[in-house]
Amino acid sequence: MKARAFDYRRVASVAEALDAYAACSGEARYLAGGQSLLPALNLRLDAPDLLIDIGRIEALRGIAIDGESLRIGALTRHAETLASPLIGAHAPILTQAAAYMAHPAIRNLGTMGGSLSLADPASELPACMRALGATLEITGPDGVRAVAADDFFRDLYETALVPGELLTAVRVPLAAPGSRMHFSEIARRRGDYAMVGLAANLVLADGIVTSARFGFCSVGPTPMRAPATEAMLTGRPLDPDAIAAARAALAEDLSPDDDDSLSGAARMHLARVLLGRVLATLGDGRVEAVAA
Amino acid sequence: MIAPQPLAVTVNGSPVRRFVEPRLSLADFLRGDLGLTGTHLGCESGACGACIVNLDGQPVHACLMLAVQVDGMRVDTIEGLSDAGVLADLQAAFHARNALQCGFCSPGILVVAHDCLASWDASGTVPSREAIRDALSGNYCRCTGYEAIVDAIESTARARRNRGVAA
Repeated sequence: MKARAFDYRRVASVAEALDAYAACSGEARYLAGGQSLLPALNLRLDAPDLLIDIGRIEALRGIAIDGESLRIGALTRHAETLASPLIGAHAPILTQAAAYMAHPAIRNLGTMGGSLSLADPASELPACMRALGATLEITGPDGVRAVAADDFFRDLYETALVPGELLTAVRVPLAAPGSRMHFSEIARRRGDYAMVGLAANLVLADGIVTSARFGFCSVGPTPMRAPATEAMLTGRPLDPDAIAAARAALAEDLSPDDDDSLSGAARMHLARVLLGRVLATLGDGRVEAVAA
Repeated sequence: MIAPQPLAVTVNGSPVRRFVEPRLSLADFLRGDLGLTGTHLGCESGACGACIVNLDGQPVHACLMLAVQVDGMRVDTIEGLSDAGVLADLQAAFHARNALQCGFCSPGILVVAHDCLASWDASGTVPSREAIRDALSGNYCRCTGYEAIVDAIESTARARRNRGVAA
């Protein structure tokens, strides 16, 4: 199918993008990489009057350490995430997750800001941002505001962005000493949507877990944290007993619904399998993540 | 009334200027306006990979781009890559290994394989079959000729590596 007719405007700055949005009398959408928006237009799931092409705004590019965090521009392509040494050193779950994100040709155009703004609960980056404790930088007519990833994802495809606002960057805290991170997912086919995905971010001190943050894909309407499981692991060594206890605790955190592709019970089973695998990997120290 | 937009793009090395509707996809522009029908359209949602072309040297889905987005950029289609001769050994290997079958998916697969072979070549490695399958994960072959396709790419990588070592 073909997209319904729309007007198009390419802008060179964030201010120009916001102005174009405000000036549109109908519905406008920001176009970054277009790798989710264009299929939606082709299928006529979406039919805006105006596309505002932000894809060439230089200020939205770049990956750099800024104080205690890594600042990643919203236009960072998935292929750049995969290749960035800074991201690899400070947020290796993003590097690992990027390898699962669709296919190489999609990764050449798809952007971090686009993926997070769409907030598909099956996609990898939203879950990673919750696991990392990232902050999202949002620019609107009244200036810039920061929203924690835990508060950004509201419901299915629903975020804290209000119409006209633009996600301009992501801030990821630099990894603490003793950090161990791992991302993995179970999919039917390479590059397909995950049946379940997991971004895990642990901190260990003298063999004891001092902090645990999980972000699950595809098990609820948003990327899901797992508070009971995180609490179960905290304060104990990452040994087989702790992993078994964490797997049992997951039932308190997640209750995926049945859908056409998988029953909720099967999805829950896969989530538990994946949690066990990821924790075993981290426990072995085979994925001794990061810098610092 | 939505006005057509001016578009200036380099396609297969030649400058092209046209006015296009904003909603026109790059794939439809290449096929309909320029007659470059080697770029095939299958799913029009980024899953099948038949429409993949190089944009400024990197593979992208031509169905997931608007023609207006590529203003000022360089597009190389299967026709351009084929005429330039850079695919000759790969095409010969596809023929020899019976990896072409109905041919509908071949243009996208050749563009992707060409890109991967360049990076494998540069790193001096012969890819594993798993790495080849991973690289092709965005390309569907409805004839299911995957084994032959992986064979052809693997043998091309090996031949290029051997030539590189010899030279």
